Amino acid sequence: MANLSTDFVGIKSPNPFWLASAPPTDKEYNVRRAFDAGWGGVVWKTLGLDPHIVNVNGPRYGAVYGADRRLLGLNNIELITDRPLETNLAEIKQIKRDYPDRAMIVSLMVPCEEEPWKFILKKVEDTGADGIELNFGCPHGMSERGMGSAVGQVPEYIEMVTRWCKANTRMPVIVKLTPNITDIRYPARAAHAGGADAVSLINTVSSITSVDLDSFSPEPSIDGKGSHGGYCGPAVKPIALNMVAEIARDGETAGLPISGIGGITTWRDAAEFLALGAGNVQVCTAAMTYGFKIVDEMISGLSGYLDEKGMTLDELVGRATPNVTDWQYLNLNYVAKAKINQDSCIKCGRCYAACEDTSHQAIAMNPGRVFEVIDAECVACNLCVNVCPVEGCITMEPMAAGQTDPRTGKVVEPGYANWTTHPNNPSAKAAE
Amino acid sequence: MPYARTDGIVAGRLDADTLAGNFGDLHPKLDPHEALVAADRCYFCYEAPCVTACPTDIDIPLFIRQIATGTPEAAAKTIFDQNILGGMCARVCPTETLCEEACVRETAEGKPVLIGQLQRFATDTLMAAGTHPYQRAAETGKSVAVVGAGPAGLAAAHRLAMKGHAVTLYDAKAKPGGLNEFGIAAYKTVDGFAQAEVAWLLKIGGITVEYGKDLGGAVTLGALREAHDAVFLGIGLGGVNALAAEGSDKAGVDDAVAFIAALRQAEDLSALPVGRRVVVIGGGMTAVDAAVQSKLLGAEEVTMVYRRDAQAMSASKYEQDLATSKGVRIIYNAQPVAVRGNGAAREVEFAYTRSGPGQFDVTEDTFTLPADQVLKAIGQVLDDAPSGLEIERGKIKVDAAGRTSLPGVWAGGDCATGGDDLTVTAVAEGRDAAEDIHSTLI
Repeated sequence: MANLSTDFVGIKSPNPFWLASAPPTDKEYNVRRAFDAGWGGVVWKTLGLDPHIVNVNGPRYGAVYGADRRLLGLNNIELITDRPLETNLAEIKQIKRDYPDRAMIVSLMVPCEEEPWKFILKKVEDTGADGIELNFGCPHGMSERGMGSAVGQVPEYIEMVTRWCKANTRMPVIVKLTPNITDIRYPARAAHAGGADAVSLINTVSSITSVDLDSFSPEPSIDGKGSHGGYCGPAVKPIALNMVAEIARDGETAGLPISGIGGITTWRDAAEFLALGAGNVQVCTAAMTYGFKIVDEMISGLSGYLDEKGMTLDELVGRATPNVTDWQYLNLNYVAKAKINQDSCIKCGRCYAACEDTSHQAIAMNPGRVFEVIDAECVACNLCVNVCPVEGCITMEPMAAGQTDPRTGKVVEPGYANWTTHPNNPSAKAAE
Repeated sequence: MPYARTDGIVAGRLDADTLAGNFGDLHPKLDPHEALVAADRCYFCYEAPCVTACPTDIDIPLFIRQIATGTPEAAAKTIFDQNILGGMCARVCPTETLCEEACVRETAEGKPVLIGQLQRFATDTLMAAGTHPYQRAAETGKSVAVVGAGPAGLAAAHRLAMKGHAVTLYDAKAKPGGLNEFGIAAYKTVDGFAQAEVAWLLKIGGITVEYGKDLGGAVTLGALREAHDAVFLGIGLGGVNALAAEGSDKAGVDDAVAFIAALRQAEDLSALPVGRRVVVIGGGMTAVDAAVQSKLLGAEEVTMVYRRDAQAMSASKYEQDLATSKGVRIIYNAQPVAVRGNGAAREVEFAYTRSGPGQFDVTEDTFTLPADQVLKAIGQVLDDAPSGLEIERGKIKVDAAGRTSLPGVWAGGDCATGGDDLTVTAVAEGRDAAEDIHSTLI
């Protein structure tokens, strides 16, 4: 079985699966259950200054469902810890003592002044915690008070606070980034410039999950009103993967350790984050949906995958990063055609409806509900693959060089050619 | 106190509680959660095979999507637009050979979307609200006689009334419903659903009912043609085939149709007599309904005997499995030679047959089954069709629009040619004939 132990910015954990700062890591009882279940580490739910904040007394979460009421997205309007600072600190200290091999990171959020940061850093250091995570991501409630994503949306503040923290603690500093910005590279560069040991991302996405069509209140509804919350769960994974990749391949931040967060539900999700450059991952919604036991599947799946590939965990990290490129460098000589496997086709016709109504009229509906791709029309858009309910029934088959694409009448060229040299590109440069 | 092994045809083999349990709803209505889970499985297929397989062309993917999005009443309207007896069809359709057999998830996983049960969820929801979702068009001044208040006649009457015609609905029996009321297994349509459905259907208005008026007796086709602008005949198959076996006139030899009708009309099932050893002859739905209900009434041994093989049986595999799961034994490839007994049936002698596509031989090999009750379910026939109508293969000949050989007379359902003898087919034929009558009159 592959060795999953990790050393992330000097913080050791038996596996790369940490629980993100959130309700599951709010107090000793939950964290003990998490460690007993096998989680490699936790980021303790964000601490703030006393007097501690209060939460709403109505619903805190809203949800988006897929088929069979599968939870695809969750949003929350919960704030940081609503317990006294000393209570949290005492519990953190006790847990770290009882589980010395697990990673204990403490998430922090205090006002944008150096003194409160100095004050709380000292307190956290005394617990024996392994590191801190700066919560610059929370998009609701705290941001109205100038904290959370209000800091994370201003790169100068990120750099400033990161610098204060680095100056006032020996603990590694992880900066948690908000996705509620236009270009994730700027806050990441700011964290890097401030001396951050790592960034973690994404925090939640500002969201309203639904509106009650009888009361006309957004959900979750607090006495008929709602407030935008932070969206997470499987639905945000694509946003998070892209942001992780953007930071991993940015020249200014390349090599900056990344803790990947955002909709990680299975070992596959985790492996994808790792492949795009995350050194470990943090999980929340999946645990909140299914309980802590899911870590068993994550551990067995990831170690099985590494064994099968004959790869170490370190070798997986960043393995896909070089394959993330700009559109302009994609190979325009690559030509594929959809192919429908008639043996596995169940004849639902969704590929036909999708292609005929919304795409390229490249699927024929033949007698007996036999659906076949018309190569002369197929642009290989992949929509049929995406809407087909049967895994692997429709595939994209690359054409070999030398074959003629019946759609364009052109011979598939060997080798690589992209937009930068394409004759239709006004700024194309002639090949040298 | 009689019990299962009491000889003869006696009542009260089971106590009232056991009977109530035995004759409870075969598939109780899905609850809202079950309906949502079932609805989620629909793939919303393009030109969906389930719709093609439905004789009434209900837009199944649409109504399932309407259930999934929390609008079961709208789903019911989608169903009723095509099939005003969608509630009954949801209960009695052999979905396993129609929509659910065609479902792509049957292909994919061997587990179709529960279309029939979802249809019942939607139609029951709307009908429970007590409202009727259609309004009559302005009166046309035309009048149409509909003869037979079974599925075909009811569908025709509703559609005609909706179009603004004045409909008079005649039925020979004292109650409407036809086979829905008299001819379907009790556990498929519990709690008086057939009558409740007719009452709900009649809320459209414009339909005058005349029960206890049989065609050829109280009313004649000639008089109806005189009095109305058009006539629709949905008179079903009133007769039964005779059993060509010696001794079939002995006491204890009954028609399965009559047995089922008596059972459906019984106020108290424990007062209904049934044999200790029941032999049902036939291989259709009526045979299964009679056999299963005999067993549920407390018969000790029930045997269905069919003269061809299992594949040839018109009762579906699902129905055959239902019968055997209730303890009915099915013997294939045997036909009755003689019913024996001193006045009353005591045993039936059968000869084995050999059958296959295009082949049927009776062998010399025989066996005998003890029987105190023999139920014949070997097919129904058209009884006393009004003269002047062209008959083809024992049924009133109609064209695709339901027109008979007589001008101004349409027919549909089991009494007419075309389509299988199913409730859903009868509804489609009644509906389509109504549309043709409407376009003819207007």
